[in-house]
Amino acid sequence: MGIYEISLATVVGINIILALGLNMISGFCGQISLGHAAFYGVGAYTCALLAKNGTPFAAAIGAGMLAAGIVGLVVGLASLRVRHDFLAITTMGVGFLFLGIVRQQEILGGELGISGIPSSGFGKIGYLVMVLALAALTTVFSLWIKRSWMGFAFDAVADDEDTARVVTVDVSAYKLAAFAMGTAMAGVAGGLYTYFARFLMPDDFGFITSITVLSMVAVGGIGSVFGVIVATVILTLMPEFFRFISDYKLLVYGALLFAVMRFAPEGLAGLAGRVFARTKRKARLEDEAT
Amino acid sequence: MLHLELLIQGLIYGSMYAVIAVGLTLVYGLLRILHVAHAGLFALGAYLGLLITNATGSLVLGMLSSAALVGVGGMLIYRLCYQPILNRPPHVALIASIGLFIAMEEIFRLIFGPYGLTYQNPPLQSQIALGEIHLRAAELGMVIAAVVLLGILSYLSQSTRIGIAWRATVDDSDMAKSFGIDTIKVRYLNFFIGSGLAAVAGIFISLLSNLVEPTMGGVPAYKALAIIVLGGLGNVKGTLIASLLLGVVEAFGTIYIGSILDRDAIAFAFLIVVLMIRPQGLFAGR
Repeated sequence: MGIYEISLATVVGINIILALGLNMISGFCGQISLGHAAFYGVGAYTCALLAKNGTPFAAAIGAGMLAAGIVGLVVGLASLRVRHDFLAITTMGVGFLFLGIVRQQEILGGELGISGIPSSGFGKIGYLVMVLALAALTTVFSLWIKRSWMGFAFDAVADDEDTARVVTVDVSAYKLAAFAMGTAMAGVAGGLYTYFARFLMPDDFGFITSITVLSMVAVGGIGSVFGVIVATVILTLMPEFFRFISDYKLLVYGALLFAVMRFAPEGLAGLAGRVFARTKRKARLEDEAT
Repeated sequence: MLHLELLIQGLIYGSMYAVIAVGLTLVYGLLRILHVAHAGLFALGAYLGLLITNATGSLVLGMLSSAALVGVGGMLIYRLCYQPILNRPPHVALIASIGLFIAMEEIFRLIFGPYGLTYQNPPLQSQIALGEIHLRAAELGMVIAAVVLLGILSYLSQSTRIGIAWRATVDDSDMAKSFGIDTIKVRYLNFFIGSGLAAVAGIFISLLSNLVEPTMGGVPAYKALAIIVLGGLGNVKGTLIASLLLGVVEAFGTIYIGSILDRDAIAFAFLIVVLMIRPQGLFAGR
C-alpha cells in the first residue's frame, strides 16, 4: 500500500467509528441528530489542545472521548424536552452553536484552526492498524449493545416512546445512555482524526459533516450495524472513485443521497434483505417444483 | 438612535425570513416534511430573477416570471420527490431533501460558475430618508413586498373558496377529502405559492448585496428551519412572529454578544433557549 491508500483506509476507519456512534443514537434509539459533527469536533479540539501541551496519546484520546460524552449527555438532556422534528432542529442548532463558539475563540484557533499537533508516534501503518482495531472494537460493542437488554429497550423507545413508558421502560435513562455512548464514540473518532490530520479547521466539523455522517447511517439502513459499515466505506471512498470527474463529485453525491432515499428508503440493509428474501422464495419455489 | 436603527434592521431581515419561512411551514403543516430543498428554490429564484432582469431590463417582469417558474419547480419537486415517499419515516424525506439541495447547489455552480452573478444595472439602490433613518430602496421594497405578499396570502386563505379548502386540508386532510376537497390539488397549490414566495425573497436578498451565488441558499435554509420550529411547526402566525423576533434578536445580538458568537450561532442559541423553555415552540402547532 502507498501513502495514499494508507491514509484513505485510516479515514474509512475513523468514519466507521463516527457513523456507528450516530447509529447508536439515531439507529438504535430513534433520536434523529443533525449535529453529530459537533461532538466529533469537541473530541478533536479537546484532544488537539491536550496533545499540544504534551499529554500522551492515550490520555488525550480518552479526554476527547470523555469531553464529547459529557457534552452529549447535556444535549441528551435536551432530547428529553423536545421530540422528533423539534429534536432534529435542536441538534442542528447545537452544531451551529459549536461552530460559532469555535470560530470566535482565540484559544481554539478561531477561523485559522489549530496547527502543529504532534504526531502519534506510531508511524503511518501502525496508526492505520490501531484505527482499524478501534473500529473493529466499536463494531463489536455496537453488535453487543444491539443484542443486549439495552438494545431491546432502545428498540422500544425508537418504535413508540409512549408505549415503552407504559411497559415501564425508563425512556429518559435509555435516551441519555444512547446519547452519552454515541457522542463518546464521536469523541474518539475526533481524537483519532486530530492525530491523523494534525491540523484542525472549524469547517471540518460543520453541518455538511453532520449530514455526511447521517447519510452514511441512512444509506446503510438506519440501525443496521453492517449496513452502516458498508455505506461508510462506499460513501468515504466514492469521492475518490469519482475523482476523474472531480467537478461533479458533490453533484453525484447529492443525487445519490436523494436516489437512495427515493428508491430504497430502508437503505442498503433493506435492499439486501429484499434481494435475500426474493432468492430464498425463488429457491423454495424451485424446490417445490422438483 | 442606535437601538431604533438596530430594531429596524432586524425587522427588515425578519420580514424576509418570514417570506421564506411561510412556504416551509406550510409544507410542514401539510406533509410533515422538513423541506430543506426550499432553500434551493430560493437560490433558483434569485438566479432566474437576475437573468430575466438583465435580459429584459425590467425587475418587475424578472420577479413575476421567476416566481411563476420557481412555483412550477416546487410543484415538480413535490410530484417527483416527495409524493412517492410520504408514508416513510420522517428522516427519509429529510435526507432526500438534503440530497436534492446539495445537488441543486452543485448544478447552479456548474452552470453559472462559482463566483456568482451580478445585476448589470442594479435596481432599487437609491437611498431613502425616513425622518432620521436612512434606508436603501431595496430594503424598503423588501418590507413592502413582505407585507403585501403575506397580506394577499392571508386574504386568500381567509376569504376565498380555495383558501378555505387549503386550511381544511392542513387541519385534517382525511376529513377535507371526505368533504370533496381535492387534497392533491391543494398540495400542488401549496408548493406553487410557497416556492414562488421563496423566489421573491431570493431576488430581494440578492438585490441587497448585488450578488447571486450558488451557496446563497445555505444560511437561509438552516435559519428558516429554526424559525418554523420556533413558531411551532406548521403554525403560520407563529412563524411570522418568530421571523421578526429572530431578525431583531440577531440584529441586537451581533452588536452586544458578537464577540462571543457569530450571527448564525446567536440565532441557534436563541432557538435552543426558547425550546428548552417551551418545547413546542413559541406558539404550539396543531
